[in-house]
Amino acid sequence: MSVHLLVDFGSTYTKLTAVDLEEERIVGTSKAMTTVKTNVLDGFNNAMDKLKNTHPDMKEITAISACSSAAGGLKMAAIGLVEELTVEAAKRACLGAGALVNTVFSHHLSRKEIKQLKNADIDIILLAGGTDGGNKECILHNAKKLADAKLSVPIIVAGNKDAQDEIEEIFEASNIEYYIVENVMPKLKQLNVKEAKEVIRQIFITKIIEAKGIKKAEEQTGEIIMPTPEAVLIAAELLAKGHEDVEGFGELMVIDIGGATTDVHTIGAGFPKRSEVIFKGLQEPFAKRTVEGDLGMRYSANALVSLVSPYEFKQYSSYQHDIGEAAKKRHENVDYLPESDEEKEFDRALAKICCDYSMSRHVGQVEVVYTPLGNMYYQTGKDLTDIRYVIGTGGVLINNENAKDILREVNQKSNKKLELRPTDPIFLIDQLYILSAMGLLGQKYPKLAIKLMKRHLE
Amino acid sequence: MKTIVIGVIGADVHAVGNKIIEHVLTEQGYNVVNVGVLSTQEDFIHAAIETDADAIMVSSLYGHGEIDCKYMRENCVEAGIGKVKLYVGGNIVVGKQDFKEVEQRFKKMGFDRVYPPGTNIEDAIAHLREDLGE
Ligand code: B12
Repeated sequence: MSVHLLVDFGSTYTKLTAVDLEEERIVGTSKAMTTVKTNVLDGFNNAMDKLKNTHPDMKEITAISACSSAAGGLKMAAIGLVEELTVEAAKRACLGAGALVNTVFSHHLSRKEIKQLKNADIDIILLAGGTDGGNKECILHNAKKLADAKLSVPIIVAGNKDAQDEIEEIFEASNIEYYIVENVMPKLKQLNVKEAKEVIRQIFITKIIEAKGIKKAEEQTGEIIMPTPEAVLIAAELLAKGHEDVEGFGELMVIDIGGATTDVHTIGAGFPKRSEVIFKGLQEPFAKRTVEGDLGMRYSANALVSLVSPYEFKQYSSYQHDIGEAAKKRHENVDYLPESDEEKEFDRALAKICCDYSMSRHVGQVEVVYTPLGNMYYQTGKDLTDIRYVIGTGGVLINNENAKDILREVNQKSNKKLELRPTDPIFLIDQLYILSAMGLLGQKYPKLAIKLMKRHLE
Repeated sequence: MKTIVIGVIGADVHAVGNKIIEHVLTEQGYNVVNVGVLSTQEDFIHAAIETDADAIMVSSLYGHGEIDCKYMRENCVEAGIGKVKLYVGGNIVVGKQDFKEVEQRFKKMGFDRVYPPGTNIEDAIAHLREDLGE
């Protein structure tokens, strides 16, 4: 019993983290290009060689755990009834399981939407709608449409319990691969995503990994147990809550800026902090993740700059050249590395926008309602004003000398007064890039994972 | 089991009657979905859609019921639940007005049943049974 190896098959890099269980320390980390197109094991072996070369005295590796976001990660479609209710609940189940939700529909599916689903690049569909005992007409309609469409992706049914038997018959008759789980919103505004998340993970492990050509890795690593973003969420939750006598950090946020997406995770209840503020809408998950598919440094650079006007862009940066050109260069060349100060400045601006915009979409909002009796305040989403720690991770932040400066964009802003953003958090950087590894390690050794995070987040 | 959405509409915080209504309806065998005080029309309507409610019972105690309930029927129609039964009660208007007139106004707004102050919830239950064909 000595070294536990944590492996993250990322979209760009395969990253290894070796942990010495007895000495309770990180022995070393290494990375190599992910090689899904040829043989995913090549990348793994390259990283392994590097690790062994830099740490020749490393003890024997006795266990390996792995997660993956390679080959596009896990992509899902979420379908529900009312946008603010079961659609939102379905989305949260997908996001919490580490998926990117790129197709979302409410109410009755139309022919056009079915076509969109057919053409979309998705791995799993989550079908919700209706509280238990509530509306079942809509989810039945949608199940029939999905069955008629003969989609080849698995469908998780997480809607009104009363419709389950009929949906089972519909899907059986059409040979659809389906899984029936508990309703994601069994009662009005009550969120229940645990079982749906588990089944998403199961399908990911058994099917998606294989379809994406990552299964081969398991010859060396044993079972890949979860999508990478879920591992990060688990790490964040561990670090916040602590475990037994190892104390946690309390409420915190993790922000991960990548080439294609920006992920934000928050751990905390986020209830209204003032008595005159009333909470509205669906219950918020204690560990919440949101993903922005249009906020990223490379692949999504075009989409990102189209969100901001040139005037707005100037608020983030002193960059003087053509913004569109600079974005296009990054979109078309996702491995691009800036060399000049100018280009570094442009990247910094992109990162700041990712931070700022993803924050606007993640945090709760207060809405003032003017009533006959004066002003009232409604809160939707989480109040994160008191969050204590904001942790930056992902290659962009880790390798940037101004990382904390970029992270400051999460803070409360005078022009976004109604957003419940952090006010005065402590900023930390995941300098060794170990968060996903710690989520994996935490499955078996939660205390050690927390200790290592506390030691290495700076 | 019939499903009834209840709640107090607008900026109205009178919570006691709402709790009593929930209690009585539940005891009488209804599936009660309570959106609580300070609820918007949208809150009632979204709840009714997801739970496939048979009726919505709106309470308004603080006198501004008429403004708060405006276009509620139209909004139900728009949301695809035009046939849901709409009841309203409490102290739905300010001061002492001729209730016949008040009732007419609310009926014109699309409410099926309109109750004067001090109505016992039991009276409304008799109407529910009738309207929902129980
Ligand atoms: C307690 C109270 C308050 C408390 C409420 C505390 C709380 N969170 O619940 C406080 C102090 C906060 C309050 C504030 C105000 N109040 Co006040 N309040 C009352 C009071 C004294 C009792 C209400 C109560 O709880 N009754 C007991 C419950 C069981 O009865 P109920 O609410 O009427 O509900 C029953 C029936 O009405 C019926 N019912 C209700 N809804 C429906 C719906 C249907 C479909 C049916 C069939 C039946 C039904 O069934 C219920 C159960 O039996 C009443 C006077 C009174 N005696 O009614 C005034 C009263 C309701 N308040 C009044 C007013 C004006 C106000 C304020 C505007 C005062 C102000 N200027 O600040 C504010 C408004 C605040 C706000 N944003 O809502 C007026 C309303 C006048 C009007 N409509 O014309 C009343 C009638 C007093 C009066 N005579 O002037 N109030």
